[in-house]
Amino acid sequence: MSDDKFDVIVVGAGPAGCACAYTLAKAGKSVLLLERGNSAGAKNVSGGRLYTYALEMVEPGMYKRAPLQRKIVREQIMMLGDNSAMTVDYADYGFGEDVPQSYSVIRASLDEWFAGEVEAQGGTVGSGILVDGLVEQNGKIVGIKAGDEEMLADIVVAADGVNSLLGQKAGLFPDVKPHAVGVGVKETIELPDDVISQRFALKKDEGAARVALGCTEGISGGAFLYTNQGSISLGIVFNPEQAAKNGRQIQDIFQDFKMHPAIMALIDGGTTVEYGAHLVPEMGYHGVHKRLYREGMIVVGDAAQFGINTGVIIRGMDLAIVSGLAAAKAILATSNPAEAGPEYMKQLEELFLLPNMRVYANFHNIFGMPRLFKQYPKLANEALEFLFKIDGKVPEPMMKGMLKIVKNNVSFGQMAADAWKAYRSI
Amino acid sequence: MSIKKLSPEELLALDKFSVDEGMPHIIVDKAACAKCTERPCLVVCPARCYRQKDDAVNFEYAGCLECGTCRVVCTYGGVTTWHYPRASFGVTFRCS
Repeated sequence: MSDDKFDVIVVGAGPAGCACAYTLAKAGKSVLLLERGNSAGAKNVSGGRLYTYALEMVEPGMYKRAPLQRKIVREQIMMLGDNSAMTVDYADYGFGEDVPQSYSVIRASLDEWFAGEVEAQGGTVGSGILVDGLVEQNGKIVGIKAGDEEMLADIVVAADGVNSLLGQKAGLFPDVKPHAVGVGVKETIELPDDVISQRFALKKDEGAARVALGCTEGISGGAFLYTNQGSISLGIVFNPEQAAKNGRQIQDIFQDFKMHPAIMALIDGGTTVEYGAHLVPEMGYHGVHKRLYREGMIVVGDAAQFGINTGVIIRGMDLAIVSGLAAAKAILATSNPAEAGPEYMKQLEELFLLPNMRVYANFHNIFGMPRLFKQYPKLANEALEFLFKIDGKVPEPMMKGMLKIVKNNVSFGQMAADAWKAYRSI
Repeated sequence: MSIKKLSPEELLALDKFSVDEGMPHIIVDKAACAKCTERPCLVVCPARCYRQKDDAVNFEYAGCLECGTCRVVCTYGGVTTWHYPRASFGVTFRCS
């Protein structure tokens, strides 16, 4: 292999790397896609939900070939109390029509399929190969090292994930900071498909996506739940800095959440079949590494820290795919490796990746409001309890009772400050 | 089986691992850990690879999920080397 020089070597067969390699191979470039897992997806964990438009951008109709789970038509937001829960359930069947807006996915099958698509286009996929270094010549990246072996290419695309050791080795950026990432833990819980459909009021191919607040002991973060075919993905993402200060093992907090009666009602009778963990870029636009290329190298996907989290929508895989596509288009549009990087930045604009991220640029400030993760979910639950509770005693007058609940949880000064912060952030 | 609280050991037993015996992919400097008073690793490692024993931090790489959290939170010089396991070793996710 070391004698051959490739047009492009892509490191990492996640959605970003596969989208890039697929597009390049389809256009006739010689592409080597390297993956450290024994198969693509073997090292990957995500919530996960994929917004379909991204696959449509790579190739219209492509999503029909992909091993997608359920098309999401129910969007749910949950606020947990100690022994209660409030859930907003928005069903939009338009989200499931034509090209469905989004699907729940399992990465082991999705990524393996995508890497197979690269092969079908004539790309070479090397699984079980750990890239642990770069080859530099005259200040340019000209290839990669995997153990003793060197492989050369005009351009190396680093799609090596949120930790991007390659981007760091290339001197493009420092290691990620603890406040800029979330640590996600997740159980995959098998349940019969018809049970899932019944519990979430879904037809066979429809799915629900849920975010939950009030389950992190006040740590910035939240839970997620996605319905798959025959399984449920359940997890929590925590800010690791705050989790460390909180002092309780994040896995214990997750186990408590799982046993909450309102969650148990959804997963009861199920069997946990896998436990995974992963880092997630959490800073949005401001967290994107400032330098995403140098001559001979382009950084895509989580490695670049692309991610959008508004609290109710969480996007990573779609941005990864679009960035992989942007890199491929840039490489195809330029003949000189030196021009590919600047062209990539242009493509990130033209394919609306960066414009999308800018819209939500300050949203992460909202997650800097500690009360969002404890006091407000508690307040919402107590207010509803007050509305619904009947025990034969004379209840407090409505206004007085409500004010008491508010005051027990948060001062008006704090509420005003939070409202101002939220307003400023969005 | 029904849903119940699972310990780290029970959760990791569900995952497929191929441990690279004698070749840790993360190296921890116990002397640096001994001086560290905050020890975020004990709390945030999802696999609980870091445990306190007496006053020392014990690290066991066998159940590592390769997330990178320990490297990111350790600003005390404890995690001296962090790279991915050699090819074909480490965790293999099948349905995550």
